[in-house]
Amino acid sequence: MIQATALGRRFGDRDVIRGLDLDIPHDAFLLVTGGNGSGKSTLLSILAGLLAPTDGLLKVSAGRGEIGYVGHEPLVYRELTPLENLDLFGSLYRVAGRRERAGVLLERYSLWDVRDEHVSTFSRGMQQRLGLCRALLHDPQLLILDEPYAALDADGSSLLDDQLGELAQTRTVVVSSHMPERIESLATLQLAL
Amino acid sequence: MTRAIAARQYVSDVAVLARKDARLELRSRDTVPAMLLFVVVALVVFHFAVPADLSEETERIVSFGLLWVALLFTAILGLTRAFVAEREQRLIDALVLAPCDRSAIWLAKTIAVVAFLLLAELIALPAFALFFEPVDAPTIAAILLANIGIAAVGTVLSAVSAASRTRELLLPLLLLPLAIPIIVGGIGASVTDEPAQFLAFLALYDAVFAIISWSTFEYVVTE
Amino acid sequence: MSLRNNLGPTFALVAFTFLIAAFALAFYWVPTDADQGFSQRIFYVHVPLALTAYACFAWGAWKALRLLWTNDNKYDLESYTAVHMGVIFGILVLVTGAIWARISWGVWWSWGERQLVLFLILFLFYCAYFMLRNSVDIGPRQARMSAVYALFGVVLIPISFLAIRLSENFIHPVVFTRDGPQMAASMFFVFCLSTVGTIALATALYHVELSGKRLDLKLKQRRKAYS
Repeated sequence: MIQATALGRRFGDRDVIRGLDLDIPHDAFLLVTGGNGSGKSTLLSILAGLLAPTDGLLKVSAGRGEIGYVGHEPLVYRELTPLENLDLFGSLYRVAGRRERAGVLLERYSLWDVRDEHVSTFSRGMQQRLGLCRALLHDPQLLILDEPYAALDADGSSLLDDQLGELAQTRTVVVSSHMPERIESLATLQLAL
Repeated sequence: MTRAIAARQYVSDVAVLARKDARLELRSRDTVPAMLLFVVVALVVFHFAVPADLSEETERIVSFGLLWVALLFTAILGLTRAFVAEREQRLIDALVLAPCDRSAIWLAKTIAVVAFLLLAELIALPAFALFFEPVDAPTIAAILLANIGIAAVGTVLSAVSAASRTRELLLPLLLLPLAIPIIVGGIGASVTDEPAQFLAFLALYDAVFAIISWSTFEYVVTE
Repeated sequence: MSLRNNLGPTFALVAFTFLIAAFALAFYWVPTDADQGFSQRIFYVHVPLALTAYACFAWGAWKALRLLWTNDNKYDLESYTAVHMGVIFGILVLVTGAIWARISWGVWWSWGERQLVLFLILFLFYCAYFMLRNSVDIGPRQARMSAVYALFGVVLIPISFLAIRLSENFIHPVVFTRDGPQMAASMFFVFCLSTVGTIALATALYHVELSGKRLDLKLKQRRKAYS
């Protein structure tokens, strides 16, 4: 699914990632660990296609419509409601039956009751959950989550635990975390930066 | 995917994104009221800049010149807000990740900016007619054409400045040299006896810069 | 030694030859202009500078297009250097134009001089280009955005020229008459000599600056590799 050779990313004078080789097969679960500033977010951004590597080669077998990404920001419009957000992204991602699918996801992530309220009224955890809904809306083959637990509360975290286990069965997952104990059991591959 | 389906999908993407921009503005009501107020205040300020003892023809030229300057700066005000949500919440990433054509983002945003400009002009032109000179058809035609040009170029440059360190400061610097031809076209259409050539010039500007903006937007928001 | 390594010095030699010849002829051989007298000779400097500046901006835009087309960042340096050259020559155009205006008509600036006004606009535009480069961190993003703006710039040149011509309909600037096209054959010859020389000079400087920047980059990379 993902092959990288001598991958590098430079910001100005700083080499955030240097000489990284990756070979991630389909349906693998890659756990990326490392302290702050080790380049986890940068690496995940590169894998998702948001940043271009400054050195090396990268080959990702999933196209834009097959990648789901959640970064540090949930990437949802605060002045819209969850339904409007998912309708927008569902349309952009060409999701068939997007209304039904949005409903299912909102239900699963306990956001159905607030589906018509502005996202700006949500807690950070709720926004993050909506971000996950957005990323999963189009049933992506490659799921990239950058520190997904960081913004979630206890309920949200245990919800994500269950969901990740299920999701990992049928797609490639890349997750970064600076507290990996939670999901170590799910990981088929680990990368320490 | 056949051409027809792709085209329909493109139009649908643009419509969805434009609707999103309209909805966001309707909810937050940040940009358009500010533009409305700004343009009227600017016109009042300009009144004090026009000396009283000018010949009628000179006063006409000066007044229209100031109208166009007011409209240009109002447009800049609106454009600095164009990508604010996308920049602050990193939402541009979400849009860029989607499989839609990136130029659709540009087109939707340009349409939204044109809409905001039209709303501002709905107030600005009557105010101008009240304070200065009556507004005639060539002026209105020129304004409609100029809206397109400013929005087209401004949207690209707004995305560029949103990604820069200096943010809003950069947009006027990048845009104003490119806006000089628009000013010339607009004033020419307003004050001269042959507005047709100026309107044609504005149409040329729109066509050329719309094409260039449409095709280069992708490179501004991706790496 | 390959030609490639010698591009700078080669063009410098060509430039040197042509420009010396052009200046010598411009001062001693070419007939004096009937209307303007001796001061008209600055035309042999001013207009070639302008043409060279246009060529630099066009070259910069071409390299910008190549960058966007191939996504190869090496073109960024070439595009930037070309634009830089264009701005330097553009400043010279403004300066020589002002001097010419001063000598001919006693004013340092004339809005009736289309070329001068055009270069003023372009100068402001490309200053903004440098501000843009300065406010984005070095990397693929800076390269792409600069390339896009360089493309806007080259399109602006003819559009602005058209706008300036149209603006004379309502600005009615004071236009000092000046003969342009009625050149004697000898004048045209010297003019061509000067143009070729100036473009060669620009090319020489371009290659020198480009090699300098590339060397700088290589040094930085080596330094990083050893640290």
